[in-house]
Formats: sequence, C-alpha cells, structure tokens
Amino acid sequence: MNKLENAVYEMNLLEEQAGGCGRLNSLPALFKVIITVWYILLTVSFHKYDIFGLLGMGIYPLVLFLIYEIPFRQCIKRIKIILPFLLLAGIANPLLDKNILGSLGNRQVSGGVVSMATLMLKGLFTVLAGYLLIVSTSIEKICGALRKFHMPSILVTMILLIYRYISLLLKETNRVMQAYALRAPGQKGVGFKAWGSLAGLLLLRSMDRAENVYESMCLRGFDGSRGNSFQYTAEQKAKPADYIWLLLWGTGLFSLRIVPLLTIVGSLLVKG
Amino acid sequence: MHMADALVAPAVAGTMYLCSGAAAGYSIKKVRLENDAKKIPVMGVMGAFVFAAQMINFTIPGTGSSGHLCGGMMLSALLGPYAGFLTMIGVLLIQCLLFADGGILALGCNVWNMAFYGCFLGAMLIWKNMMKGGTSKARITAVSVLGCVVTLQLGAFSVVLETLASGITELPFVTFVSFMQPIHLAIGLVEGLITAAVLCFVYEARPELLWGISGTEKKEGRFSLRATVVILAAVTVLVGGGLSLAASSFPDGLEWSIEKVTGEPELEAGEGAYDAAAAVQEKTALLPDYAFQNSDSAAGTSFSGIAGALAVAAVCVGCCYLFKFFRKRNL
Repeated sequence: MNKLENAVYEMNLLEEQAGGCGRLNSLPALFKVIITVWYILLTVSFHKYDIFGLLGMGIYPLVLFLIYEIPFRQCIKRIKIILPFLLLAGIANPLLDKNILGSLGNRQVSGGVVSMATLMLKGLFTVLAGYLLIVSTSIEKICGALRKFHMPSILVTMILLIYRYISLLLKETNRVMQAYALRAPGQKGVGFKAWGSLAGLLLLRSMDRAENVYESMCLRGFDGSRGNSFQYTAEQKAKPADYIWLLLWGTGLFSLRIVPLLTIVGSLLVKG
Repeated sequence: MHMADALVAPAVAGTMYLCSGAAAGYSIKKVRLENDAKKIPVMGVMGAFVFAAQMINFTIPGTGSSGHLCGGMMLSALLGPYAGFLTMIGVLLIQCLLFADGGILALGCNVWNMAFYGCFLGAMLIWKNMMKGGTSKARITAVSVLGCVVTLQLGAFSVVLETLASGITELPFVTFVSFMQPIHLAIGLVEGLITAAVLCFVYEARPELLWGISGTEKKEGRFSLRATVVILAAVTVLVGGGLSLAASSFPDGLEWSIEKVTGEPELEAGEGAYDAAAAVQEKTALLPDYAFQNSDSAAGTSFSGIAGALAVAAVCVGCCYLFKFFRKRNL
C-alpha cells in the first residue's frame, strides 16, 4: 500500500471507529474535547525531573483503553511517527545534563536521562489522548464542539470542507500518480520535467471542483453569511451521567497532577 | 517542522495560541470584508489539495532524495494572505487530529511557524512587492524560492526559540540553531523550486488564478532567466564575501560550545594520525582558516568566502553530473 492509499485507508478506519456506537462515542464531543485539552495541559506541565508524578497521568489513557475496549494497534503507528522527533530533541540531554538525581540498583541516574525519559513519556501520553479523542469522535462532532466554543463559523466550515475533500483528492492524486508511474516505470517520485504540469493540472482540476462545490452548496441554501447556514452535526444533548463523567475526570486528573499517587502507593508498599 | 505537545510548555503554548489567534481573528475580519461567499468552498478544496499534493514525492535531480510542496507560499499565491492563512490553520488542525502530525496544544506554535510566516511575510512582503513591477516565470521562480527559504528559516528559528523557552532540551542555543537552520535552508530551496514549477504552470494556463497580479497580460523579458542567474550569483558573492567578514570573527556553534566547556576554542589533539592529517592539510590548504597563508587581512577572509562558495558549488555540480553519468551507464 503506498502513502496515498495508506492515508485514505487510515481516514476511513478512523471515520468508521468514530461513527461506532460505543459508550465513549456517545459522550458529548464538547466534554471529550475539554477533557483531552485539560489532560494534555496537565501532562506537559510536569517538571522535567518529575517522572513518577508524570507516570501517574498514564492512568487516563490506560483506563479509557481498557474500559471502552479501544483497539491499541492502530495507535502504534502514531507513536512511531512522534517518538523519533522527541528522541532527536532529547538525545543531547543525557550528554549535557550529568547532574546525578538518584540511583537504580548499582547504577547512578543522571538528570539528563530522567528528563529525556520524561519527554518521551509526555509525547506518548499526549498522542494517546489525541488518539482517544479522534477514535471516538467524528470530525463533524468536533467541529460542532468548536462552534460551541465560539470558533468563527467561517473557520469551522472550512475545516469541515477540507476534511470532506481530502479523501476525494487523495484518491484523485493516487490515480494521477498511478498513471504517471505506468508511463515512467522504475522511476521513484515525479521527475523534474513533470513537477509543474503534474501538480499544476491537479490544482486546476481542484479549482474547477471548488466552483462546482460552491454551486451545489448554493443550491442547498448556503449563502456564506455569518449565520449557521451550514449544518455541522446533529445536536448532542448531555445527560446527567455525562456531566458526572466530565466532573470526575476533570477533578481526577487535577488530583493526579498535584498528588504524587505512585510515590505514595510505593512508599505504602515498601513500609508494609 | 510540526511540533509535538511534549515539546512545548503550557506558557509557551498559550502565548503562541494568543499570537496565532490574533492573526486568525484579523484574517477572518479581512475575509469577511471581501464578502465573497465563493471563497469558503474554494478555501476548503484548496486546503484538501495542499494536503494531497504534499504526499507527492518530487524527485530532486542528481540526488536520490525527494521534496514536497510548500503549502503556505502556494496557498497565499492563489488565495491571498488572509484566506491562505485560514486554510493553513485548517490543514494543520486536520493533520494534527487525524495523523498525529503536530500536537493539539502545540497547534498555536505550528500555525505561527508554518502558516504565519508563509502567508503573511511570504505573501505581503515578498510576493506582493516583487510582483508590483510585472509578472514573469523567472520572477515567480525567484519569489517562490526566496519566499520559501526566508519563511522556512524563520519557522525553524521559531521552533528553536519555542523549544528552548519551554526548557525541553539541554542543547545550547547556538548548537541548536546551527543544527536546524542549514537543514531548513536546503529544504526551503527544494520546496521553493517545486512551488515555483507549479505556480509557473498556473501562470501559463490560468494567470487570473494568481493573487496580487495586475491584469492577466504577460510581461516577459523584464526579469529574464539570465538576469535571475546573475542576481543569484551576486547574492552568493555578497553572502560569501560580505557576511564571512562578520561570521569569521565569531566562533561557530561547536567552537563556542567547546570554549564554554574547556576554556579553549579548539580541543588539544593527540599525536599520530592527527599530526599526519594536519601536515597534509597545511600543505594542501590554499586558505588556511579562511585567509591567505601568512595573512590576517580582511580581504583574505572575504576572498576565502567567495572561493569557498564557488568551490562548493563546483563540487556539487560535478558530483551531480558524475552521479547522473554512472546512473546512465548502469541502466
């Protein structure tokens, strides 16, 4: 599967999962967006040496993955994308920060090693939180939640349109690339002489498509005004249980941020 | 250049959200003033186009690698800076949500680094000003390359500042900058050329689609390819000759780091292989330490810069031709 086909496949898979009828899927998108942003904010606010405090934040993705039975395999791809970049950013830490923080058995552990591990963990947890949001919430519902945050309609409508047309243009680009590959066997990528014409023709076709889209939207009542002439998603009404979910995770995550849960549990076990 | 959430501290992320939010608010106001209902669907489809086109690998001649299209410059050249900026926000948000390309908290930073410079500086300062005197393919090429290089350099520099301000890496500022900027200089050049090829095609086929171009008539010849090459050569001489005067008086990143650690700008080397290599270098180097032998004059430093630029260019061109020659023979 090439890069374009893979992107289409992943988008379809995510859309299918987000459209499911699981318990996490039925929660209001607004609440899920609030908790996700809250979780990411709290996670990245940990000090670079506070690795045990940070580990406690792993409870949120762990619980959600287990309770709502969300498949983890698809998420590994996302982790694989992000970890090399984080490794690159933190690789110098063990070399430059040799301040000894403690010991693990006979080995001394430097501040650089701890700060690098913290960076990797932060990356892992934030990616998992983002994945949990997108795997349980469709883009339409996220756009609806963004409108409730008073994000301007022009921006939200455009985001939704980009999303709608991505899969279409990915498929079209894939067809163009296949046609090119058949005419240039054994060649990797697009040759210099075809740079302008290949992407340029795709662009002109996209522009023409935009004209057709606009006309179709006009026929369905779109007038581009500030009002909501564009339907994002069906209204999601929050139930009392949803408010409890929001409250519990909101306060629970904050407690994990200020209380070193793992250290307390560890000291109890050691004393016991 | 997409930053992950783990690379930013909440304070930095919040500040960048405010900056990007202000730019987005201003852009929305400007787009609304245009009162063009057609613009929103066009922005949507163009955003999807940039997303799809960035997945095409464009082969770089003479090398085995490939490059991609520069989204910010391309969108602002077609939609204008305000609509282009908003479209880039949409592209970055979808990339972050669907493909984990950049973080949700770091979105403000990513919008600033990749959309703001490309759309506002690239379109308002570079594209608009250089297109005032008329449009030609050579001019579009020059603007695209310059725009991509400048905006990518600024974006990479912002990544360094944001990461350091967040206290994520222990790398010193100079080392981090000297690692980031040259890589993005090469990327900017390639992305600029690809963007130029696409924009030149649009200019030939449908010039009315380009933003900031007065009328649809072509004004060829005012800025020919030869003139472009001459200007680029002059810039190379200026950078190699003029800026090397300033650069040579300061230590580079590695020298600076070593001086901070050991108190000496260069490490003491052992005997044996090092001495033998140094002796060979002494004999072969025309311009040791970027100056004429036994001379500390500024002219010597300047000449070294120019000679260095020419030599590197010659080696690059030679290697490319050699690579092509052997590849053809293998086929």
